[in-house]
Amino acid sequence: MERTDAELVAALRAGDEDTFRELVHTWNGSMLRVAQIFVPPRAVAEDVVGETWLRVLGALDRFEGRSSLKTWVFRILVNTAKTRAQREGRSLPFSALHEPGRVPEPSVDPDRFLPEDHALHPGGWASPPRELPEERLLAAETRELISGAIEALPPSQRAVISLRDVEGWTAEEVRNALDLSEVNQRVLLHRARSKVRRALEEYLDE
Amino acid sequence: MSVDAEILSCRELIELVTDYLEGALSPGDVARFERHIAGCDGCTTYLVQFRQVIRLTGTLKVEDVSPAAEAELLQAFRGWRDGP
Repeated sequence: MERTDAELVAALRAGDEDTFRELVHTWNGSMLRVAQIFVPPRAVAEDVVGETWLRVLGALDRFEGRSSLKTWVFRILVNTAKTRAQREGRSLPFSALHEPGRVPEPSVDPDRFLPEDHALHPGGWASPPRELPEERLLAAETRELISGAIEALPPSQRAVISLRDVEGWTAEEVRNALDLSEVNQRVLLHRARSKVRRALEEYLDE
Repeated sequence: MSVDAEILSCRELIELVTDYLEGALSPGDVARFERHIAGCDGCTTYLVQFRQVIRLTGTLKVEDVSPAAEAELLQAFRGWRDGP
């Protein structure tokens, strides 16, 4: 049953273990993805998630509900992950997260389009996509392929598609959790989805 | 010249698909996008594929916490609750 943030916080403050366990389960996958933007190794990211929960509990009395509990927890997570990355001398991927548009990344191989000076269809499809076979789309192997394609994404794109499309967060929730502008959130999401589509097409269109 | 009058190429359209699906295009751009789609089989198929990707991604299982990590977190929680 959906509980309000105020109810969740009250339960945590009262020491209710089930509520804590539920939140840990619900947010674990997302927290790992977000931590991995800053600290890619899995073990370090897990460690950062653990440290984040300790900081969340320690700061719980100061939660004022000005943002949602989820946003608040993820902001603490991002700060914890950044601090850890700095301490370990990792270069922070600020540019990947906050200036994703700086390096253009075409969604489809430019060779699949006609040249811009083509007489009839400038920039039109030279090799258009074909319908994907519905029965293979639903196969378990196809889902594994999509999982693999998401794993292979740069961490910032992987985090955004995981929150938005796998977990079903709203665009606003993703933006708030990662402190992203609307445009940058959409650029990262678009690139992630485009790469997954490309991987799916290559896999199914044989 | 209004934006409306400009022709959207296939190559340009595919970069607007997420903006279109997220409702981030201006009404004029939505009209241009939809007019192009209406007359283009390649981009129609592309849009269908894109939606299929989003739908399938939504069926992936979310990674759960490992039993070891959960045990550690619960211990930390009890330590915090029963604190000094």
